[in-house]
Amino acid sequence: MSETVLEARNIVKRYGHVTAVNSADFDLRAGEVLAVIGDNGAGKSSLIKVLSGDVIPDAGEVLLEGQQVHFKSPHDAQKAGIETVYQDLAMAPALDIATNLFLGREIKRKGPLGSILRMIDTKEMRKQSRQQMDELGITTLQSITQPVDSLSGGQRQTVAVARAAAFGRKVVIMDEPTAALGVRESKGVLDLIKRITSSGIPVVLISHDIPAVFEVADRIHIHRLGRRATVVRPQDHTMNEVVGIMTGALPAPPIREEVAS
Amino acid sequence: MAGSLKTAEEEAPEAPDTSGTRAATITDHIFRNPVLGPLGALVILVIGFSIFTDNFASVDNTSLILQQSVVVGTLALGQTIIILTGGIDLANGAIMVLGSLVIARLASGGTGDFGAALVGVALCGVLGLISGLIISRLGLPPFIVTLGMLTILQATSRLYTKETVLVDNGFLTFLAKGGYLFGQFQITFGVVVVLISVAVLHFSLTRTSWGRHVYAVGNNDLAAKRTGINVRRVLLSVYVLAGLLYGLAALQAFGRSPATSPNIFPTANLDTITAVVIGGTSLFGGRGTVLGSYLGALIVLVLQSGLTQAGIDPLYQNIVTGVLVIAAVALDAVTRRKAR
Repeated sequence: MSETVLEARNIVKRYGHVTAVNSADFDLRAGEVLAVIGDNGAGKSSLIKVLSGDVIPDAGEVLLEGQQVHFKSPHDAQKAGIETVYQDLAMAPALDIATNLFLGREIKRKGPLGSILRMIDTKEMRKQSRQQMDELGITTLQSITQPVDSLSGGQRQTVAVARAAAFGRKVVIMDEPTAALGVRESKGVLDLIKRITSSGIPVVLISHDIPAVFEVADRIHIHRLGRRATVVRPQDHTMNEVVGIMTGALPAPPIREEVAS
Repeated sequence: MAGSLKTAEEEAPEAPDTSGTRAATITDHIFRNPVLGPLGALVILVIGFSIFTDNFASVDNTSLILQQSVVVGTLALGQTIIILTGGIDLANGAIMVLGSLVIARLASGGTGDFGAALVGVALCGVLGLISGLIISRLGLPPFIVTLGMLTILQATSRLYTKETVLVDNGFLTFLAKGGYLFGQFQITFGVVVVLISVAVLHFSLTRTSWGRHVYAVGNNDLAAKRTGINVRRVLLSVYVLAGLLYGLAALQAFGRSPATSPNIFPTANLDTITAVVIGGTSLFGGRGTVLGSYLGALIVLVLQSGLTQAGIDPLYQNIVTGVLVIAAVALDAVTRRKAR
């Protein structure tokens, strides 16, 4: 049984009278792709926002590598090594790829130029951007100096994923990364996810795209009515069964021992 | 755009800037360089007026145009950084006027010139800070906040003094002084100061992390926030810096004339927006340059000067300027739509 990287226990989040997350658990192991699926309104986004620091839970605890953490903002989660790829990608369209990769984390020039004048080292950032793209085997981007608004949807997604992979030292969370993409582009992103996990970084994949989930996920966290209904392995169930559990048409099987952490 | 990332890395690991084929990068750069449009327009106007009028190209006229550019040019720098964040400042003329009145009254009331200048510039910075705090903390639209500031400050200026105030010759008017290049081309300190301001601000916007953050906030403030940029602080810094630039413009005004009153530079605010827009900065934020804005200010002055030399009614100058503004915004809207 591999080690648990990110864990949440009894998370509760209420919005007024609505309880979005009702005592939910979550666990993520090193090097895995964990898919999180659930119907609209099941509370999976709220749970994920708790993990990425976007939402502060009303109750429950979050543990990163066994240590309790209290994220007050997405920035806190980023500092702890958790990167999130948002559905709207969080890009500055007029700025180029390298600038977007390092947005908010610019590399400064060495010496007083960087520390006093806050000059940025454009050359170094471009070099590292290229290295990052090479490491991830990304060949669909022509030039690192292209502005993001000249890229296709799939290319933008690629840049967003590359950014998360570059800075996500411990966890990468992806919110519907294939939702706006065509078949071929989706495939590219899924390959990218596999390559990230091969370096040991686990990926949380929130998706409605069940075939994609079955293609890449090691385990599937099924969220229903504000809590984790169960966790299954794709090889143990058919897609129809998983959708059945998600919608409540089928009873949620207990978490099997080899699936539990 | 030939050459993938990979080949670029193999070919030129030392100089990664020249990714792709060099020629493609250069043409790409030309199409993308936002300063070339206004620069081209300025060059064409200058050449045109030099050919078709007798006195336009004279050293005196050129020097005069440069001197006329200092106040609106400096104000336009502040306006540009605010517009880059997706905002707009309707109060910059009013801030500058109040600043100049305070400086003049303090200076003529016995406070030293230097102290008066310091207080005036600081006051403008504080007024920028107030707008910035309201906009960044309360999240109110800059248009409304600065419209309110405009109304308040215009009234404050008139309450503060109704008549014209004169400053003595000395520190405050030194920006009017200067020297002669090549024995005849007069360059004032004011012109030097505005050129330095443009250069410093251009450097800050293009070469520092602060500059990147200004563009990022104007492009997509949610994205900026999610990547860990302190959006509020960036906005606040922009409004304070703009305020200080308006204070500098107030000093520049004494370099143009030692007299000030609540009625000086009545069209300054719209002139700066005109300069910014003609200079290629997008009113939607996130795209543009301060260099372009200064060129935009020069374009308006060159047009006015040239058409005057050509004996054309000044009212037509306004019509031409208006057409130019609409054309510049249309161009921006079209390129933005293409980029999508």
